[in-house]
Amino acid sequence: MTTIATDLLPAQRTSRHVWNVIARDPLALISTVVIILFVLLAVLAPVIAPYPEQGQGRTNASESMDPPSAKHLLGTDRLGRDILSRIIYGARPALVVPMGVVLFAVLIGAPLGALAGYKGGWVDEAIMRLTDLFLAFPSLLLAMAITASIGRGLDKAAIALVVSWWPWYTRIARGVAVSLKEQYFVEAAQATGVSDAVIILRHILPNTMSPILVQATVDLGTVILAMGGLAFIGLGTQPPAPDWGLMISEGRALILDQWWISTFPGSAIFIVVLAFNLLGDTLRDIFDPRQYK
Amino acid sequence: MRLLDFILRRSFTALFVLVGVSLITFFLSRVIPSDAAALYIGPKARTEDIERVRKQLGLDKPLPVQYAVYMGELLHGDLGNSISTKRPVTQELAERLPATLELLFMGIFIAVLIGVPLGVLSARRQGSPLDVVVRTISIVGVSMPAFYLGLLMQIAFFRNLDVLPLAGRVDSDLRFVSPIQSITNFLLFDSLVTLNWVAFKDVFLHLILPAFTLAAYPIGLIARMTRAAMLEVLGQDYIRTARAYGIQQWVITYMYTLKNAISPTLTVIGLTVAYALTGTFFVEVIFNWPGLGLFTVRSLLNVDYPAIMGVTLFGAGGYVLINMIVDLMQAWIDPRIRLK
Repeated sequence: MTTIATDLLPAQRTSRHVWNVIARDPLALISTVVIILFVLLAVLAPVIAPYPEQGQGRTNASESMDPPSAKHLLGTDRLGRDILSRIIYGARPALVVPMGVVLFAVLIGAPLGALAGYKGGWVDEAIMRLTDLFLAFPSLLLAMAITASIGRGLDKAAIALVVSWWPWYTRIARGVAVSLKEQYFVEAAQATGVSDAVIILRHILPNTMSPILVQATVDLGTVILAMGGLAFIGLGTQPPAPDWGLMISEGRALILDQWWISTFPGSAIFIVVLAFNLLGDTLRDIFDPRQYK
Repeated sequence: MRLLDFILRRSFTALFVLVGVSLITFFLSRVIPSDAAALYIGPKARTEDIERVRKQLGLDKPLPVQYAVYMGELLHGDLGNSISTKRPVTQELAERLPATLELLFMGIFIAVLIGVPLGVLSARRQGSPLDVVVRTISIVGVSMPAFYLGLLMQIAFFRNLDVLPLAGRVDSDLRFVSPIQSITNFLLFDSLVTLNWVAFKDVFLHLILPAFTLAAYPIGLIARMTRAAMLEVLGQDYIRTARAYGIQQWVITYMYTLKNAISPTLTVIGLTVAYALTGTFFVEVIFNWPGLGLFTVRSLLNVDYPAIMGVTLFGAGGYVLINMIVDLMQAWIDPRIRLK
């Protein structure tokens, strides 16, 4: 029954169509390639990194703060660790954790939104007012307050971001659910006596997915920035683990002389976020999830 | 009358949200931590002190009673004492607020000044090279971490060009050369009204890099939204009619189109203020700016719990207020919103 629904929804497009649009837009294509490259860096870190042990944190005091050279392409940090290797290892938390954050935010947010939109009435009212409360905080400020409450670290920062991010997906899912409720296939399911739970799970939720996926791509960039920011402040990844945001903060005091320590990890964050934003922009043009807000 | 109705309704919603905000911070500060009293007194506390604070915070009482006490204190503006400075959090915040607001206003001002015209221009020439450039600027703006851009600015304008100061709000020897008479603690304003030009120039120069760093993200966001809103309005029938009547292009663009595109742009500017509020945290750290952000980050690192919760409440309260102001302004500009 969901396949019938596909044709009714403007937001539903085939993956082939998506691929065609991306292939035609040079910026989106480059972005996709950049993202794939960084994912490969993260996965193959032990193979690619010139100094894998330093990438993971082992220090090398004799080569402290060496400028970029043939031996250390991007130079070394205060503790003599190869910056390139640390950036390559840093791609792991920088990509994997934000993806996890967005995934969990969707897993919490989307079903709640589908439930609110489908049920309407007091259920809708209760869920949506709850999202209002969370959205009343600037997200990063709420995340900071949460880490203050549960402690710092990569995992804690991730939890904090999930808690401040899920309401956005609730809003989108609710918007879709409200528009689906009146559709024939949902009414047909109701008429044949399918239970509400099954209707939400089988018919509503799958149809909320494509606008949510688009929003998630756009959000990934923002979440990477937020994670970087938390690490920069000292609330995320703790040393000696490799993390781009943390690396920037480690080199901050040396920025005028040993500029390479902070600027290369900074560029890494910037490039990845830019890639996600460009790709998200193209995807949004295809799906336009705003129509549901 | 309908506008008054709207204001009342909107204020009621804001009040409801504020109560909710207090509930969330209550949970974060008193319920979730395994030993809130220990957190409130700081890491070096003795057992009997923790016991005393537990009594003081009322942590031995049932949750609803605790919440009532908490709310009572909030309504009296009592956010507790900072662990690091031992002074009331409210006072700490009030002292640092002007520095942050000065930075925030300047950042938003720059963002609006650059973002809105960029958006208008690129909408006017949709698809032209200019449009592509503006789109690129706006995406780069929203992708740039403030804590990275700030460092790049310092390298470029302090180290390489040596035209702007590295950090801080004023030069350290300004207080000997030409001290600012403190009136509002908005230094730009204070130095201006006391006609202290030496100080005014110094303050202004110190403000440039942090303000631009803060403005990068808002510029991108505002340019993008203005462009989208302009395009939507430009497609309307009455614009076509105006064109058919031979009305000049600039009149159509600035008087007919921009006027109607301003409402969504306002929403974004409201959002932007919220972003900039957290943006100031990073900018203040990079530029050693003595405002709320620097205070917050220090409190976070020192686990200065009352200070953190104070800032959170304050930030959320400010955000709710800004959103309400934006909504009211929209209702005032666009009567359709009041009637909904």
